[in-house]
Amino acid sequence: MLNEIAFLLCASLTLAGAVAAMMLRNLVHCALCAAGAFAGLAAIYLQLSAEFAGFAQFLVYVGAVAILIVFTILLTRGADIQTGRAGSSSSWIGLLVAGLVLACLVGSIMSSPGLVRLPAQTANAPVQKIGEQLMNQYIMPLETMGLLLTAALLGGVVIAMREPAKANPSAR
Amino acid sequence: MNGLDQIFVGTGHWIAGLFPVYVQPLISAALEIAIMMAVFGGCFALTSVVERKLLGRMQNRYGPNRVGPFGLLQPLADGIKMLTKEDIVPFSADKTVHFLAPLALSVPIWLAFAVLPFGRNMSAIDLDAGILFFFAIGSASELAVFMAGWSSQNKYSLVGAMRAIAQMISYEVPLVLSTVPVLMLAGSLSLNEIVAAQGTYTLGGLARWNVFTPWGLAGLLLFLIAATAESNRSPFDLPEGESEIIAGFLTEYSGFKYALFFLSEYLGLFAITGLAVTLFLGGWHAPFRWLEWVPSWLWFAGKFCALIFLFVWIRATLPRLRLDQLLNFSWRFLVPLSLINILVAVAWYWSGSWKSPVALPVRWVLCAALVALPYHWLAQSLRGTLPPPRKYTYAE
Repeated sequence: MLNEIAFLLCASLTLAGAVAAMMLRNLVHCALCAAGAFAGLAAIYLQLSAEFAGFAQFLVYVGAVAILIVFTILLTRGADIQTGRAGSSSSWIGLLVAGLVLACLVGSIMSSPGLVRLPAQTANAPVQKIGEQLMNQYIMPLETMGLLLTAALLGGVVIAMREPAKANPSAR
Repeated sequence: MNGLDQIFVGTGHWIAGLFPVYVQPLISAALEIAIMMAVFGGCFALTSVVERKLLGRMQNRYGPNRVGPFGLLQPLADGIKMLTKEDIVPFSADKTVHFLAPLALSVPIWLAFAVLPFGRNMSAIDLDAGILFFFAIGSASELAVFMAGWSSQNKYSLVGAMRAIAQMISYEVPLVLSTVPVLMLAGSLSLNEIVAAQGTYTLGGLARWNVFTPWGLAGLLLFLIAATAESNRSPFDLPEGESEIIAGFLTEYSGFKYALFFLSEYLGLFAITGLAVTLFLGGWHAPFRWLEWVPSWLWFAGKFCALIFLFVWIRATLPRLRLDQLLNFSWRFLVPLSLINILVAVAWYWSGSWKSPVALPVRWVLCAALVALPYHWLAQSLRGTLPPPRKYTYAE
């Protein structure tokens, strides 16, 4: 009973945040609502007793991705630019794509053998076990991710690096 | 252990035992929350007056001494003043976000206290990934600071918020990296197990606190520097640099909302100090075997107060940094040094199996050199790359 109430609360927070992120006019409000949706998703992970995934979701999405989105909005368009209607003339294409994606997802989930065969069970993944798996079985994907992120970081530094200015050598 | 050590735990169990079985978990949880809020709320009140007294003494003046004996009732007077002040919201402000920002800042910070072990059997929840929870909760404060700065619709607020976020993101990297050696050698993310790993004694009855190793000492210093910056305290208080941007993201806040920001700032400092005690100073363990009879929570409180005093001392001593100095210091000095510190911890771990009477001094010298030499080189390179003194066109 308590579990259902908790799930309903988390799910409504996630859904309300996601809907508000799409519908609101002010871009910064949208970003903040998206952060709320991320937090709701983290709460659902925690409710499924996937501790590590929940905290990682909160740390990465609320702590980093939301800040990144907010900075991007402020640095590019300016938060005071209000768009007109929330919808656009080509919204039916978006609806079509969204419907197709939804149909694909629902189709594959419904046809998955896991849906009927596996009984519901509580996840039991201590952090130590996750770490051991990452360091043994999934070492290659982990290292590849690390390499990719390092490359992205270097790319970011290269883009942000100031050209050696001739006129103003004292710039930091 | 003895009764005094478990007095709080025992009392809590006794009170919960007065209620029917099915509400006992709820009652004990509520009790823990109430005690934690009372203790750290009181701690905040006390710190706010003690800090001003200490700052006054260090600057050769008296500090607050009008309200009550030794000025001890000053926090009460401040609280009444904050509650009765008018709550002003700017006309152009984004009302909802402006209202939500202080709440979004203070709620997660209260949650962070849940995982800290304050004494033997005295942590509210024992999470398997406790330290991850701590940092995840702490990362929410950046968004709250942005909400406060942006919703005020004021350029000083926005600049202050941007400075605060840049500073918090920059210093979160060395903060997290300096804890990695501790996690590696303890082999766990749970704060209780990290404390337990420091609970044994070595030669002379000295405890095995992490701070008594080369990497632990370097890690503690890195952690404390990054913690000072994370909690926006002097010398890293640029987000509130009065002479430049009034009060930063706090500019448009008044009354109790301002008090909430003030409260969250101090609670954040308390939480991160508690984490420093847990990770490096042995948590609630005694420094020597023959001092084990002192209650565990008293050890935690003592170390906690000593670190808070250190923070006040630093605030009274150092002038404020400039923004470029602040960011250079983090990215060019603290981040490489904390990465090197991880390697030092690995060297310490591998050399632990040496069987020789001189093994310990040799390990110490080797590992200390592994930290000290990069420290020297990095400091030299930092000195070389600093910009030349600024020319002030209009101020001379």
